[in-house]
Amino acid sequence: MSERTLNVVGKSVPRRDGMGHVTGKTVFVNDIRFPDMLYLKMVRSSVPHAKILNVDFSAAEKVPGYVRALTHEDVPKNIYTILTLIGVGPDEEYVLAEDKVRYIGEPIAAVLAETEEAAMEAAAQVRLELEELPAVFDVEEALKPGAPILKEWGTNYFVYEGHHCRRVRFGDVEQGFNEADFIVEDRYQTSPIEHAPSETTGCIAKPEADGRITIFSNTQALFFTLDNAAIILQVPFQKLHLVGGTVGGGFGGKVDVIVEPISALAAMKTNRPVKYVFSRQEEMQASSSRGAWRMYFKDGVTKDGRIVARKITTYADAGAYNRHTPYAVTKHAANIAGPYRIPNVWIDAHCVYTNKQPGSAMRGFGVTPASFALEMQMDKIAKVVGMDPWEIRFLNAYRDGDMKPHQKVVEDATLIEVMQAAAQLVGHDLPENLMQMKSGNGKEA
Amino acid sequence: MSVRIVNFTLNGRNIDVMVKPLTTLQKLLREHLNYTATKTGCKQGSCGSCTVLVNGEPMVSCLLPVEDIVGKNVLTLEGLSDNGDLHPIQESFFELFAVQCGYCTPGMIMVSKALLDHNPDPNRDEILDALTGNYCRCTGYEPIIRAVEESARRLNLAGEGV
Repeated sequence: MSERTLNVVGKSVPRRDGMGHVTGKTVFVNDIRFPDMLYLKMVRSSVPHAKILNVDFSAAEKVPGYVRALTHEDVPKNIYTILTLIGVGPDEEYVLAEDKVRYIGEPIAAVLAETEEAAMEAAAQVRLELEELPAVFDVEEALKPGAPILKEWGTNYFVYEGHHCRRVRFGDVEQGFNEADFIVEDRYQTSPIEHAPSETTGCIAKPEADGRITIFSNTQALFFTLDNAAIILQVPFQKLHLVGGTVGGGFGGKVDVIVEPISALAAMKTNRPVKYVFSRQEEMQASSSRGAWRMYFKDGVTKDGRIVARKITTYADAGAYNRHTPYAVTKHAANIAGPYRIPNVWIDAHCVYTNKQPGSAMRGFGVTPASFALEMQMDKIAKVVGMDPWEIRFLNAYRDGDMKPHQKVVEDATLIEVMQAAAQLVGHDLPENLMQMKSGNGKEA
Repeated sequence: MSVRIVNFTLNGRNIDVMVKPLTTLQKLLREHLNYTATKTGCKQGSCGSCTVLVNGEPMVSCLLPVEDIVGKNVLTLEGLSDNGDLHPIQESFFELFAVQCGYCTPGMIMVSKALLDHNPDPNRDEILDALTGNYCRCTGYEPIIRAVEESARRLNLAGEGV
């Protein structure tokens, strides 16, 4: 196809949803109201780790407008894990807490009332008797003997095919270190980040005359939500009808399945529409954040700048539950050796549980912290070897046909071409030998 | 406390509505009158998504009790264009991609309207100052700033034509 026949590429195309946004006609979930609608508010843990001794609703029941509460006993399949649909297990997160809580903000009971104010008041009147347990907040502390244990299976790590971490083994790193002139080691760390979408997470579940439940949601993952909600509620998928697509900011923070199953359950139990929208505090404190990561690098490098061995040990802080972190760690392990041609690579990437709000998806999750650590490390290698940081990357850049450490052959590599274009854009003159390099054919130009 | 009748002008129309004392203007607009362009990002006065104009001044409606709007003129995004055509500020936001998820857009447009009513030719610092109470998580603000500049240009051109 010639460029002349393209009718979109190179042109500015108006946003399909833009007219609704500038006129205020776009309908977001919290703009929807139905007659007889109930409001759901969550009773949450105020401590990071505790046994639940008692939950007393007697004061809440006296609040005018109180309708009913839901506890774990009301949830057909209370223990779940979001990624069960791609074979991740075992189930380990509680829709509503049973005998323990494992992070501040963990949901314990849902309260339904006639107005939002009554629901907030009734939730505040639920008396919790909690016996605090020792908590752990650091990924490496969580793996030490004697650490407080979060999981019923007796450890604080996710198990990958029988292993305590996601492992990558390629070549022989110890042999590589023996061949190296320099050993370059460092530790890198990233912090959790809250997505802070302008619109908080929320949904409305509405019982229909035909027995189905319509769920209006601002989820980023409608089908994911449909499937997980049906599994938690133990109903056929076609019993649920998800309506959405309008998301007031997501960034990955709205791909977990948090508000819909309990709202649909509440709608089924009361036969009334139920609205459950996070307050700003809940969005900050209880919604998933970008997880925190700690990454250790040990690289073997020759005098002429070639990386001959890379050994990496990393820890993802999943917080108290999986959400999307087991998957993030796998992506992380596949990417953290970088777009470089390294003959010997050894990676141990751990998915670790701590008593913090769960981490989950956010814009390139798993890979973004890897890229940060990796490229800091590349700059450090350049400094140690005494080479230009551009040159060290060109020299080690992978080419078509190279085998990546996780056993994928590189196809359509463009690292060299992207760096050449980037250098031009920032006005950096590259030496002629670097400008002549190409990614193609697995051969240097 | 018993309900009372509140009288005010909304987008040029006289409104009498019965509400409980201390009901916020945000709740009145959205839940009593179904004017939902005014958003609910934080309900604590820190995000600006619920901004409306009261007698021409931008106010966060989530912190404004209805007692304070009695007899006043309230303008929401729904009332910005009265003949079906987009207002030049709406046009500029739409054409210059100053909207992404759209949730901050109503508040952004209303503070821009207040700015340009008072100051038809603002410089960049004055635009930043006007927008500073309004939070956007998608755009990085630059397209919004450009849209306000373009809005000023279009409004001034239209003014010259009159």
